[in-house]
Amino acid sequence: MSSVSGSRETSTPLVLPISRSVFWLVGTAVVALLVYYFIGVDQGALSIFGSDMHVHEFVHDGRHFLGFPCH
Amino acid sequence: MEKRLILRGVLAGAVGGVLAFVFARIFAEPVIQRAINYESGRDAAQAVLDKAAGMAMPADDPDIFSRTIQADVGVGVALIFFGAAMGALFAVVYCVCLGRTGRLRPKPLAMLVAAAGFLGMYLVPFIKYPANPPAIGHADTIRQRGFLYLLMVGCTVALLILTVWLGRRLRARFGNWNASLLAGGVFIVAVGIVMAALPPLGHLAANHSYGNHLTETPQPLTDPSGRIVYPGFPADALFSFRLYSVAAQLLMWTAIGLVFGPLAARLLEPNASAARPARQPEPAGA
Repeated sequence: MSSVSGSRETSTPLVLPISRSVFWLVGTAVVALLVYYFIGVDQGALSIFGSDMHVHEFVHDGRHFLGFPCH
Repeated sequence: MEKRLILRGVLAGAVGGVLAFVFARIFAEPVIQRAINYESGRDAAQAVLDKAAGMAMPADDPDIFSRTIQADVGVGVALIFFGAAMGALFAVVYCVCLGRTGRLRPKPLAMLVAAAGFLGMYLVPFIKYPANPPAIGHADTIRQRGFLYLLMVGCTVALLILTVWLGRRLRARFGNWNASLLAGGVFIVAVGIVMAALPPLGHLAANHSYGNHLTETPQPLTDPSGRIVYPGFPADALFSFRLYSVAAQLLMWTAIGLVFGPLAARLLEPNASAARPARQPEPAGA
C-alpha cells in the first residue's frame, strides 16, 4: 500500500496510515512503558508484587543512574 | 512497514543501552560505590548517636543481591532494557511523525525524534528533579518522589507534543523558522510554569523534621551539642554522578538517532541507495 517517493525535491517520504498500524504502534508503546515501569518505578512508588524487593534491588544502580527516585 | 521500523528502533535502543552500560560501568560505578560508602559510614555514626541517646536500633536492610551483581549485571540489564524500551517508543513516535512533520528526510527526522526523547523522557524532568546517587533520598517520601517525577515526565512529554502541534499550526503564518522559534519559546515558558508549580523535594511534608532545605541531600550529622560528627554528602561525588547520568542518557539517545536513521533511510528511500552500485534495493511496503 505504501508508496515511496523517489525524487529528492518532494522528499516527504511516506505517511503511514495510523488506522492500519494502530495495533502495532499501541502494542509496542504499552510493552515499552511496562519495561519503563519495571526498571524505574516498581517496588518504589508503586509495587505490584507487594513488599518484595528483588526487581528494585537488581536494577538498583541503573534506577539511580537513569534519574528515577529510589529508596 | 511499522513492524520493521519498530524492530529497528528496538535494535538501535539496545545498542544505545549497551553503550550507556559500558560508560556507566567505567565512570558511574566508582561514584555509586563512594555514595554507598558514605551512606554506610553515616548509618554507623547515626547508630552511635542513637545508642548514646538510648534509642532502639533499627534493623539493617537485608542485601538481596551483592554489590558485584548490582554493579556488573543489574545495571547492565537495567540500561539495556531501558534503551530497548526507549528505542521502541522512539520508533512509535517516528512512525507517527513520518510525513506529518514537514519535509524531513529519514535521517534528520530520526535525530529530531531522538532529541525530543532525550529532552522529554530525561533532561527536562532532570532539571526539576535531578538524578540522585544512593544515600540521597528519604525512604518515607519514595511514593511522593516517584509520582512527582512521573508527573514531571508526563507534563514534559505532553508539552512537547503540543509544541510540535503548535509549530505546525503557526507555520503557514510565520514560516518554518519563526514558527519553530515561537513554539519552542512557548514550550520553555510552559515547562517553567510546571517546574515552578511542583514542590521541591525538600519541602514535602515528611521532610519538615529535617529542616528547611530544598532537596533531600544529607546535611552534616550533628550530636546533641551541635558538633558535626559526620559530614554532609560530598559535593564532588554528587556533581560527578549527575554529570555522568546526563552523559549516559545523551550517549544513549544519540546512538538511537544515529543507528536508527540510516536503517530507516534504507527502508524508506530504497531509490536513493539504488543510485549507488552493488546494493540491492529493498522492496518497500510491509
